[in-house]
Amino acid sequence: MTAPQRVSYRLQSTLESVNQAEGKAEQMAAQAGFPEEVRGGISMAVREGMINAVLHGNHYDPHKSVNLTFEQNGPALVVTITDEGQGFEPEEVPDPLAPENLLKDSGRGIFLMRTFMDEVRFRKMNSGTEITMIKRLQTEGSDLDRQEASK
Amino acid sequence: MTMKASTRQVDGVTIVDLSGRITLGEGSVVLRDTVKDLLSKGQKKILLNLGDVSYIDSSGIGELVSAFTSVRNQGGELKLLHLTKKVHDLLQITKLYTVFDVKDDEAAAIGAYNK
Repeated sequence: MTAPQRVSYRLQSTLESVNQAEGKAEQMAAQAGFPEEVRGGISMAVREGMINAVLHGNHYDPHKSVNLTFEQNGPALVVTITDEGQGFEPEEVPDPLAPENLLKDSGRGIFLMRTFMDEVRFRKMNSGTEITMIKRLQTEGSDLDRQEASK
Repeated sequence: MTMKASTRQVDGVTIVDLSGRITLGEGSVVLRDTVKDLLSKGQKKILLNLGDVSYIDSSGIGELVSAFTSVRNQGGELKLLHLTKKVHDLLQITKLYTVFDVKDDEAAAIGAYNK
């Protein structure tokens, strides 16, 4: 088993940061061995998480930054995005698939994150929100590995 | 890659050929401004050709929905043409595939507008 690999970035609250994070996600997912079609989903989830942080959390405030961390832990890629915003209740975000919300022009970001990642968690911090997203590499022995790990 | 939009007229339908990424920021703004401009000129039969659109994020999806409702609210019709697999899958996931009128053939798409 290789030691966890971790890389962190402190990013400005800009659109450029969103694009950079998306590119880094694609790179990290490739390094972790995810196939191309899965990498696209991971980079999209990271993009949506960054939009959430930069736009809805920090409101493009130049005095606020976003922390982005990628950690490769065994077969799992763990992505953490932390903003300095007011925080929000993810459960209160309306279901974008509900018929009455289908024609809304926003509110699909969290849904896309949950669609493309295996786990998405939100944690309210003293100042801001931390999003943790996990994607596991599907290998032949992965189920067995998980069973072993849970013993 | 930035997004580009160019328009052409075929049989009273305005075809908007889009290329690049429809994402938060410039891509979404280009789409919004293009549709707004067409509506202001009374061009309400709009066909968005997404054949060269490589990527759409949640903001881009929102912009497509917004364009669809704006055109419809003015009594017009907006259809989508030539979805890439990525965009097609995204519209399926978000349950918007059946909301939009999606076409694979340009001539058939033009023929499908109300006369």
